[in-house]
Amino acid sequence: MQTVRSGWVVACALGMLGAGTAHAQSTLEAVQKKGFVQCGVNGGAVAGFSAPDSQGVWKGIDVDLCKAVAAAVFGDASKVRYTGLTAQQRFTALQSGEIDILSRNTTWTITRDTSLGLNFVGVNFYDGQGFMVPAKLRAPGGKPAAKGAKKADAKAPAQGGITSAKQLNGATVCVQPGTTTELNLSDYFRANGMTFKPVVIETLPEVLNAYFSGRCDVFTTDVSGLVSSRASRAPKPEEHIILPEVISKEPLGPAVRHGDDRWFDIVKWSLYATIEAEEMGLSSKNIDQQASSKDPSVQRFVGATGDIGKMLGLDNKWAFNIVKQVGNYGESFDTHLKPLGFTRGLNNLWTKGGLMYAPPIR
Amino acid sequence: MKKNWLYQAALLAAAGLVLWFFVHNTAQNLEARKIASGFGFLWREAGFEIGETGAIAYGAANSYLRALGIGLWNTFRVAAIGVVLATLLGTLIGLARLSPNWLLKQLAAAYVEVIRNVPLLVQLFFWYAVITENLPDPGNALQPLAGVFLSNRGIAFPTPWSTPVLNGFNFTGGAALSPEFAALLVGLVTYTAAFIGEIVRAGVLSVGRGQVDAAYSMGLARRSALRFVVLPQALRLIVPPLTSQYLNLAKNSSLAVAIGYPDLVSIANTTMNQTGQAIEGVATIMAVFLTISLSISAFMNWYNRRVALKGTRP
Repeated sequence: MQTVRSGWVVACALGMLGAGTAHAQSTLEAVQKKGFVQCGVNGGAVAGFSAPDSQGVWKGIDVDLCKAVAAAVFGDASKVRYTGLTAQQRFTALQSGEIDILSRNTTWTITRDTSLGLNFVGVNFYDGQGFMVPAKLRAPGGKPAAKGAKKADAKAPAQGGITSAKQLNGATVCVQPGTTTELNLSDYFRANGMTFKPVVIETLPEVLNAYFSGRCDVFTTDVSGLVSSRASRAPKPEEHIILPEVISKEPLGPAVRHGDDRWFDIVKWSLYATIEAEEMGLSSKNIDQQASSKDPSVQRFVGATGDIGKMLGLDNKWAFNIVKQVGNYGESFDTHLKPLGFTRGLNNLWTKGGLMYAPPIR
Repeated sequence: MKKNWLYQAALLAAAGLVLWFFVHNTAQNLEARKIASGFGFLWREAGFEIGETGAIAYGAANSYLRALGIGLWNTFRVAAIGVVLATLLGTLIGLARLSPNWLLKQLAAAYVEVIRNVPLLVQLFFWYAVITENLPDPGNALQPLAGVFLSNRGIAFPTPWSTPVLNGFNFTGGAALSPEFAALLVGLVTYTAAFIGEIVRAGVLSVGRGQVDAAYSMGLARRSALRFVVLPQALRLIVPPLTSQYLNLAKNSSLAVAIGYPDLVSIANTTMNQTGQAIEGVATIMAVFLTISLSISAFMNWYNRRVALKGTRP
């Protein structure tokens, strides 16, 4: 049903749009006029990235990006409205102007950056596709486990259990459509001369039910999704292990429409401001004291000197507001992802062995 | 007469104009957004695997066209088997509701009321959960008959050429029905049969009491009276609404995406996501379902003319 419906959305949206008139007004003007940022997030509720809590308030690092932009534009992080989107709806929603920012754990690829008419502003989570199996799953024929595989996961497999994706020949794999996941999966098995049977189910709850009930030997998606699903949906999280192989690069990041450079800059620098703040040691807790610091780079960051805010067409305290109201990148990570069992890894600052690196704010 | 013709022409022109506006505007928007269009992608490598290929050879290296062909075959397979089984089950339910046996009658009535008042999607989830939650894993598969294995991977049974064996994670050899196929088939058949049962009941009741009495007075048993006197006349009323039910069943098979059966919609979905060509994908789905539905209609109209009373308008 979802497919048919979202397909229709695409067809109708493109049919109905008045040609060329959709983007006459700049996105910043439109956002300021309506008084809020319309942000597309994951409607499937991926814990840690974007999911409503028990009060119905959206939480997660993708949500924090939306809030950061609202803080930069309005000085008020709460001026965001969220649109929950499926994997199929997300690009059309952005292309057609239904949302201003797509912040929905979306992989940055060249196809999407070019032919789909998106501009990725950066990366807020470095991810990769992995495999989850039940700890009790046995390798067929009892082949010895591959030696020397780096353990990505603290939870150890049961004695004689699967320890490597290379042992999955002939397995049944549960997978969601709508992403590059199916393609990576096929490529990996083909490259290793193995076969598998896919069970392709549209929605996350249903595909997880199929996996947890034993319909499939393996569940595959981005490692972030595996960790998040295991922590929040597995009947017994300790009974599932994530295999060490990461078979693809999945840099996840927010995206905006082609053709509005000002808005592109604002979203991009809102993201970088959170990363730069962590590197500079600025957090929501200490930014008030730090605002009076003598350090010229901090002075520029909080908008006490210089006119960086004006360059973006925003208030000079844009970055101060982001850090004050939303926090730095590390705070977001610790609040939303750490409790689920995520470690910083690639998502640590470049100064601490990770890939998070913001160009200088000056 | 001439005025009438003018109105018709104006209506046609208006419809054409609206259609042209949509097509033109869509093309222009696609162009403006630099979104690729056309059917050239059909010959490119699909790159994804399909769980059930229905005895057709397929691998990730095959084209999108072949992948969609398998989707079409899977849709056709479940719809064709579904129509036959739903007709059989529906007829039994309909006759059971008219049975002189009180218990049978009540059971059939309860079946109809429960099944047709619960959304089909919910029923599909139910059947899928029943199959995957209750059956054992392949290592502990049930063996109702020698060589037949029932597990949460489906049912594997021997063919004259090969027998299924547990090989690694799954059974290989023999033939197999997947849980997704089984859940979809059971869901579609039980759901549609509830409606067909009511149609059959209405058809049978429409045959005059005199006809039945006449049949009995000629010495026909109940079964023969039904077969030779009642059903042939009832068919005239049954066939047209039955056609609608067949069409519904074929179209409802697209709910397969929800439980992972690789039907045409599911494959087209993946194709759309990989190529980004949603308009072509939706057009393909629409064209295929239109073809299937029109074929069913054409066949049923032909059959309806055969069973209709000669010399009357259907």
